[in-house]
Amino acid sequence: MDFALSEEQQYLQQTVMDLLADSCSLDVVRADASENQTKNSDLFASLAQLGIQGTLISEDYGGVGLRLIDAALIAEALGSCVATVPFIGNSVIAPLAIDLAGSDEQKNNWLPRLASGEITCGIALGEHVGARDNDPITREKDTISGVAMFALEVQDADIFLVATNEGELHIVESQNVHVNPLFSIDKTRSIGELTLEGTPSDHLAHCTDPSDVLARVVDAGRVAIAADTLGASQTMLNKAVEYAGERQQFNRVIGSFQAVKHMCAEMAAELEPCRSLVWYAAHAYDTIAQEARLTACHAKAHLAEVGRFVARKATEVHGGMGFTDLLGLHYWFKRVELNRQLLGTPEFVRNIAAEVQGWT
Amino acid sequence: MDLEYSTEYQTFRDELREFLREHKHLSPGAIVRRPTEREQPQDGPNPAQRWQQLLIEHGYAARTIPKEYGGYGAEPDPLKNHIIAEEFAKARVRPGHSGDNRLVPTVLELGTEDQKQWLVPPSIRGEMSWCQGYSEPGSGSDLASLTTRAEVDGDDFVINGQKIWTSGAQYADMMFCLVRTEPDAPKHQGISYLVFSMDRPGIEVRPLVTMTGEATFNEVFFTDVRVPKNQIIGKRGEGWFVANTTLKHEREGLGDPNQAENRFREIVELMETEKVDGKPIMSNATHRDRLLQLQGRMLAMKYNGMRVLTSQRKHEEPGLPRWIIKLQGCELNHQMAAMAIDSLGELGTLYHRSDHMRAGGMWQQRFMMDLGLIIGGGTAQIQKNMIGERALGLPKEPKIEEKSA
Ligand SMILES: Cc1cc2nc3c(=O)[nH]c(=O)nc-3n(C[C@H](O)[C@H](O)[C@H](O)COP(=O)(O)OP(=O)(O)OC[C@H]3O[C@@H](n4cnc5c(N)ncnc54)[C@H](O)[C@@H]3O)c2cc1C
Repeated sequence: MDFALSEEQQYLQQTVMDLLADSCSLDVVRADASENQTKNSDLFASLAQLGIQGTLISEDYGGVGLRLIDAALIAEALGSCVATVPFIGNSVIAPLAIDLAGSDEQKNNWLPRLASGEITCGIALGEHVGARDNDPITREKDTISGVAMFALEVQDADIFLVATNEGELHIVESQNVHVNPLFSIDKTRSIGELTLEGTPSDHLAHCTDPSDVLARVVDAGRVAIAADTLGASQTMLNKAVEYAGERQQFNRVIGSFQAVKHMCAEMAAELEPCRSLVWYAAHAYDTIAQEARLTACHAKAHLAEVGRFVARKATEVHGGMGFTDLLGLHYWFKRVELNRQLLGTPEFVRNIAAEVQGWT
Repeated sequence: MDLEYSTEYQTFRDELREFLREHKHLSPGAIVRRPTEREQPQDGPNPAQRWQQLLIEHGYAARTIPKEYGGYGAEPDPLKNHIIAEEFAKARVRPGHSGDNRLVPTVLELGTEDQKQWLVPPSIRGEMSWCQGYSEPGSGSDLASLTTRAEVDGDDFVINGQKIWTSGAQYADMMFCLVRTEPDAPKHQGISYLVFSMDRPGIEVRPLVTMTGEATFNEVFFTDVRVPKNQIIGKRGEGWFVANTTLKHEREGLGDPNQAENRFREIVELMETEKVDGKPIMSNATHRDRLLQLQGRMLAMKYNGMRVLTSQRKHEEPGLPRWIIKLQGCELNHQMAAMAIDSLGELGTLYHRSDHMRAGGMWQQRFMMDLGLIIGGGTAQIQKNMIGERALGLPKEPKIEEKSA
């Protein structure tokens, strides 16, 4: 029994953190955000050199063949720096979907290019997680049509992974899709509305139960989002503790005031167990099938709650400075807020956790 | 990351399960207290003591206490301790004890050979029970300000003063007690740690009724109580440091994730069986969502516990994951009891052996008791101070003395 990261895993995460410290400073994020740039090509290329995009892609297809726990550690690192690069759709959900439901030919066609970073893939699974009143996405022969309201990582995407309302998975090329960019509070990730009109699609049908595949890759996505929130929240806590140890008022460092100290302690006490929850959920996805969905839902929901709590309290610790654009704390705040809603709100995913346990 | 148990541990677990299946019927019910000497039957050990003895023989209680002091004498192995706690909790069988999880480790760490021989064997057999005489009316969170005095007279210490909130003092055979022996020394350096029998002349115990309606703790008054000088653990004036050894052991016991998981299962059972308007409470989406929020927290604490355990096995300092256990664990238990009460509605308020009372009034009992545990053993606010200062490195508050100087 060993519930800890291996040396390799610690090294992997540290390597990504080091890279981000160099190439994804707050100035970089700020510059990207001001240009609505959510795929920083330099950063994306440096990550590709480390093989990050191929984390979950097997070596046979040019990837590194690691597991979700490793991807979660990377997502955590990216969240900690509010990195302006696609990952959760492009490097977690899409490769897993192609791997689980694609034919050899489809895998050969897409995976090596995703692994190398030559192409990127946006994802449009929203209609399956919770359809809005837009036109449903349906298939007719080799084409799909409809509107995907809330696609993720759309900017500069070469292809999209689209789920039909029936739960089939398709890949379409972005040149055949009309992308209407939407603007959320979070400027570090891009979302958009996709309109498909008889769009030729590459149907990932090499599996017995497509909706099972879809549910499974959504599990993975939820764990990765939870990990991203973990990283973002940890940074906010670190910044709050640092600020509380420096800023003086009434001739005292504000961290010596209990009201401030206790906010920091509460954040730490709430957040630290979340790390174990994310690890466990990722590990369950990899190796404990019967607990995977339950823990993915709990990780997603619980991190959404704790993330919001930390984001709010950490902002408060910074006083007026926390509320300004000057400090940039709001980038983390907004990242956590978008994460909370992606692939299901806490209430929504807790309900799935209830279903899984036969409680509904 | 590997959550499989190696064969050694799997075998250990299997044997324990087998043991529990075979011997479960011998385990006494949830007796909260040990009988006093007066109640004690003269003809040998009572059922609780026999159960404890059986557990020690099999290595499921007093496991790491050396054989020469009556223990099982195994090498410390946090994972085996964890398996024992988990399996007893799952089987809902009363676990064994290690005498007293505060006193015995302290004596083993800092006591003399004579003291170990005198105190440890009867404690772990359940023949010598303990109470903790720390808090005083004027010294709670600021424990080091305590004023109960002990002066040397010949071969004895002579104690005068008062303790309060002393759990179990009315039943305990012995007390471990903090007293001021060096009134002129700085406050942390004038304290000594004494152990003595509750039968000594001059000790008066007055039970205090708590909000649960039971008298679980007491006031204890000392008037010229004589305690032989060799009943001090550690050196004179070093009692504060001796006590901290004990407090460390106590904190670790509060907020145990196994207990939280058991409690969670009980709430699930309750929500599936209790009905309102003919429908189980579980079918109410609002209650259910609250249950799931608690499950998320419970699981996070359970896995946090696994992380602490892994660090301990590797002899690494667990750090933050351990610092938060008392605060978060006790709070979680309290909130679970609250959830159970709320799903029962008015029925959840029934108490005092009322008709229709559910689960023997256990949820109300726990709801209140857990609030006591949030306060006792270092209040939630003190826990937050410690997390802030020791784990996050935030500055302490300026001291009043420093300000006026
Ligand atoms: C169920 C139960 C069992 C107990 N059993 C025992 C026992 O067996 N033996 C024993 O010796 N004691 C026992 N105690 C006593 C317990 O250790 C004390 O109650 C506890 O340490 C708090 O001290 P106090 O009651 O004097 O409260 P106070 O210290 O007066 O605290 C009152 C309030 O002030 C806050 N406060 C105090 N200081 C600070 C600070 N520095 N920063 C922020 N807030 C602060 C506290 O958090 C609390 O909210 C028990 C208590 C309970 C509830």
